[in-house]
Amino acid sequence: MAAATVTRPRRKAAWAVADVIVLAWIAVPLLWLLSLSFKVPATITDGSLWPHRWTWGNYSGIFRTNDFVLALRNSVVVAVITTAVAVVFGAMAAYAVARLRFPGKRALVGTALLVAMFPQISLITPLFNIERSLGLFDTWWGLIIPNVAFGLPLAIYTLSAFFREIPWDLERAAAVDGATPMQAFTRVIAPLAAPGLVTTAILVFIVAWNDFLFAISLTSTTRARTVPAAIAFFTGASQFENPIGSIAAAAVIITIPIVVFVLFFQRRIVAGLTSGAVKG
Amino acid sequence: MAGIVLEHITKRFPDGALAVEDFNLEIADGEFVILVGPSGCGKSTTLNMIAGLEDITSGELRIGDRVVNDLAPKDRDIAMVFQNYALYPHMTVRDNMAFALKLAHTPKDEVRRKVEEAAGILDLTPHLDRKPANLSGGQRQRVAMGRAIVRDPQAFLMDEPLSNLDAKLRVQMRTEVSRLQRRLGTTTVYVTHDQTEAMTLGDRVAVMRAGRLQQVGAPQELYDHPVNLFVAGFIGSPAMNFLPAAFENGRLRSALGDIEVHDEVRRAIEGRGSGGDVIMGIRPEHFEDASLLPEDKRRQGAVFREKVDLVESMGSDKYVFFTVSGGRATSRELEELAADAGSGDAPFAGDQLVARFDAASTAARGQEVDVWIDTSRIHVFDPGTGENLSLRRPGSTRAA
Repeated sequence: MAAATVTRPRRKAAWAVADVIVLAWIAVPLLWLLSLSFKVPATITDGSLWPHRWTWGNYSGIFRTNDFVLALRNSVVVAVITTAVAVVFGAMAAYAVARLRFPGKRALVGTALLVAMFPQISLITPLFNIERSLGLFDTWWGLIIPNVAFGLPLAIYTLSAFFREIPWDLERAAAVDGATPMQAFTRVIAPLAAPGLVTTAILVFIVAWNDFLFAISLTSTTRARTVPAAIAFFTGASQFENPIGSIAAAAVIITIPIVVFVLFFQRRIVAGLTSGAVKG
Repeated sequence: MAGIVLEHITKRFPDGALAVEDFNLEIADGEFVILVGPSGCGKSTTLNMIAGLEDITSGELRIGDRVVNDLAPKDRDIAMVFQNYALYPHMTVRDNMAFALKLAHTPKDEVRRKVEEAAGILDLTPHLDRKPANLSGGQRQRVAMGRAIVRDPQAFLMDEPLSNLDAKLRVQMRTEVSRLQRRLGTTTVYVTHDQTEAMTLGDRVAVMRAGRLQQVGAPQELYDHPVNLFVAGFIGSPAMNFLPAAFENGRLRSALGDIEVHDEVRRAIEGRGSGGDVIMGIRPEHFEDASLLPEDKRRQGAVFREKVDLVESMGSDKYVFFTVSGGRATSRELEELAADAGSGDAPFAGDQLVARFDAASTAARGQEVDVWIDTSRIHVFDPGTGENLSLRRPGSTRAA
């Protein structure tokens, strides 16, 4: 006991140092980006974290052209549809994986894992050719389909872990209460797995939102090009002007939805809704 | 409401394990039947087959006049209470109870009326708008019961509904369950591993062991006339005493001395033709402190002298423990019972005996006392088959 009280202040200090290091490690690049987005072009390279002359010019600049606005629209559409499709189908697949015994289950889980691990870059050329011949190239669906393919395994893995946590007896109770398997799923299991569904949706959304490889390879115009790819095409007003300020401003803007999402749903993600189902 | 008939019900799991074998039981309309046995005996599997939560491998199951083997649980019109209650945690007590009715598209007013009626019966009215997480164990248990009774189903199936409650609440709820069942008159199948619950609750008790039905009968009948060692050892608390004995010249020779047996029993022992070794079973209350008995009563039984190991006074009676020489009775059934002792009372198959004496007995630790045995109540079992050779049973059924 005495030893514990003696070491407590020192332990606290050690933890504080560790926390600061981790925070700095994560936050410095973000702060740097934020700082760049507020600097005027002349001071971009001054190496100071604090902008000496503040400007909104970078932000107003990117919204003045159509390129960024259209890209933002494309990003939202692609990420939202990808998330919805992956979560809905992922939930059903994950439920089957967690609860049912069916032929080919191991193969399904194995394939899902394989897809999740597959290096995406090696698929780009075949995808490019397939989408060209199917007319999907440079369309929303041309991005949504490959994104779903990589989002689904993630959704299945995350959700089946959540479903496994829900006591079996709840479905048995629902079945005896007169529910069809579908009703048991939609009225008992899905509400209980809501934190899991939200978590999964956020994870899939982030993956789709951040996708650069598909976006840069499978689009060619502003018709479907998403923000991460569009940023790469940013140029200054003239060939000689440095676009870094605009790039930083665009990067900050696409970070906002993710931050909002996570802050907003943090409590739900953490909440354990299943308490009280069984004796606990 | 309806009766339930199980005919030659067998359950084999996909891995080949045989959980229930050739189970036959006819449950009358309105009857309260208990399935009891040690863990792993197949009682819950049997209940799940009645509910439709497990497929039936072979045999026929009827609820009312319908064969329900292939019906989904929702089409069987039965309600079930689970051991862990399985309340829907995201719904209030009211919604939990109304769930089944809503699924059945019952009109709103009727749902409301039925839920409130059930809540009234179960003292849940003040808690209707709370969530299960905010209820005590006993309240959750009552919600689980309420969810079953609002349905007014053909039958209640209960899977160890009281085993998660503490001892005091369990006794209280036991009475409540019994009263509720009488009041509603709904056919009920109740699974438990607790022989006290089985004895106190049921109209009839079905004892299972290793997937097979051992004996079905009224609680008293099982207690007085167990068909085999397993039932004898399982029913009763403290459990029956078992001693190895040799049958010679019409007498049972054991560590307790020689005991005369009835002609019928003698014929049964001689008739089986597998030597003279048997297992003798005596319930604790069939012993008495000989000094408390009048001479003529003493002469109706046998008396032996033994040193007292321990006395436990219950106020109303005294449990007196003895160690007798002569080794322990061995049989597979007794070993199973001993292995399951965690969830029940281990029968005294060792060299220790327990006797229930009148509270007036002055027996004390270390003292030698004369112990009287009511020889007319001794059971004699075949050590090989476990069969009760001394059985004179009126109309008790035994699964083949």
